[in-house]
Amino acid sequence: MKHKRRTILRSILIFIAGLLLLAVILLPYAWLVISSITETSELTAVPPCWIPKRPTLQKYRDMFTPDVLGVSETAAMFKYAMANSAVVSFFVTVVTLIVASLAAYAFARLEFRGREQMLLGIVAVKMLPAISTMVALYVLLSKVQLLDTRTGLVLVYLSFTLPFAIWIMAGFFQTIPKELEEAARIDGTSRLGALFHVILPLSAPGLVSTAIFVFMMSWDEFFYPLIFTSTYAAKTVPVAITEFAGRHAIDYSAMAAGGVLASIPPIVLAFIFQRYIISGLTAGGIKG
Amino acid sequence: MSGPSGLPNTGPLGSIGLGAKRGLSESRLALLLILPSLVLIGGIVLYPILNNLVISFFDYNLTIPWARPFIGLRNYVEVLTDREFLASVGRAAYFTVVSVSLELVLGLLIALFLNVDFRGRAFLKTMIILPWAVPTVVNAIMWKWIYDANYGALNGLLMQLGMIDQYQAWLAKPFTAMNLVILADVWHQTPFVVFILLATLSTIPESLYEAARVDGAGSLQAFRKITLPFLRPAFLIVLVIRTMEAFRVFDIIYVMTAGGPANGTQVATYYTYVETFRYLNMGKGAAQSFIISALIMLVSIVYIRLLKQDDTAY
Repeated sequence: MKHKRRTILRSILIFIAGLLLLAVILLPYAWLVISSITETSELTAVPPCWIPKRPTLQKYRDMFTPDVLGVSETAAMFKYAMANSAVVSFFVTVVTLIVASLAAYAFARLEFRGREQMLLGIVAVKMLPAISTMVALYVLLSKVQLLDTRTGLVLVYLSFTLPFAIWIMAGFFQTIPKELEEAARIDGTSRLGALFHVILPLSAPGLVSTAIFVFMMSWDEFFYPLIFTSTYAAKTVPVAITEFAGRHAIDYSAMAAGGVLASIPPIVLAFIFQRYIISGLTAGGIKG
Repeated sequence: MSGPSGLPNTGPLGSIGLGAKRGLSESRLALLLILPSLVLIGGIVLYPILNNLVISFFDYNLTIPWARPFIGLRNYVEVLTDREFLASVGRAAYFTVVSVSLELVLGLLIALFLNVDFRGRAFLKTMIILPWAVPTVVNAIMWKWIYDANYGALNGLLMQLGMIDQYQAWLAKPFTAMNLVILADVWHQTPFVVFILLATLSTIPESLYEAARVDGAGSLQAFRKITLPFLRPAFLIVLVIRTMEAFRVFDIIYVMTAGGPANGTQVATYYTYVETFRYLNMGKGAAQSFIISALIMLVSIVYIRLLKQDDTAY
């Protein structure tokens, strides 16, 4: 009897803890979503009405219709910021994967002088605050006329994606048994052939998780585009969002809608590829 | 062993092994594979850092373009005796210590909870990735809106619960603002800690617990003797990574408080940003950024020592 009562008590406690955790996870974000579909008059009521009486997608529509009167510049231009973010993040991911996989293979499998020192250097780069490279990069980009361009952003984003990707991919490559590669080499495959036919296919899950991380890091990046972009030719989503709180008044529901749109790509990626992300975090974490 | 050009030479020792058959030596191939990364990192990381190092020795202010004298270490002396800089380092340290400890404690509790078998566990494990996936800037505007002085959800909620009798301007009080920014950061970052601890928990063999039970150990004792030692390395790694990130905090401060009110949330990187891009005081800004890097490296070295000790201890 006593034992049974204890298990009931235990399930009640677990239920309460689970519910509390779920509330803490969901409610702040739910409020952002609700704010984005609530009319301003309801949103600025005191105390707030938690559930909108007349939910509307107007703020989303504003962002995707060609310039209408009465829509703030930030809202009207938001779609271009989304496109910039997507293009920049995509190309950063592609370039990073290609360049970093070659270097990671060398670090994971080849013996050469300076290997340890270079790996240490990569770790040291991860400790620098972004601002220590900002001034020189600004001058550099303006010299080659890449300020306020997406190409310029792709270039400077590589400064944090490459060290990260080399580090994490070298870890993944090391987990592949050397014997498999040696077998292929005895069959007459070259070292590079072994990289492309043995190592890369076998570390596909690692490549996927690296790609997702790099994409999410690039999508998240704020400081570089803040300094290096000035117009919607290159301005990315994180910078655009901060501009809803503009010179005059803040359009709260438009800002919330922008926030929801900006978080959809990483949230969707995170839910779809959760397994890869967690294995990547633990692999990168344990070696990093 | 290296030739005059500084490149590794391909003497007999370099060509031992499988690579020898294929003409290209192992170290040459390695260099070739690393070259693209080396060129890129050299151009967009090393060169800017060296450039910044040089700038830090000059009295380099963009508002005074006609005079840029070399002043040696004077920028560093000036920074290290600047009260506001020291205060900003203190704020970064406060932000780091409080946010990282909260994240570790909450992360541990949540990981232990999600390691228990119950219905709905898989669902919770899926949902917990949400705060981590929300972009940093979105997280910042979301909480700024929740804390809003006039229409914020926090005010509304506390008012309806009868805990306050009028709306408060939460982000207008320096110390409160700092703590609320920390809370926003904790919501965003704790899942990262949960993932790593949860993954480590799943590697503890069940047989260890069974053996402990057979030996008559209670669950608290099993936790102390089995669970905690297993988690220790993962804990230290999370500590290193989160400390390095938290000490450099910038985005969330920029968006939520812009260093205010009354410099109450002006952390070290934000002060450096202000010095560099608002006062255009490049020399001093550069010196600040190196002092911040040095502090981060110092802390990391201490941590890595701890980690190494850990490796030999187990």
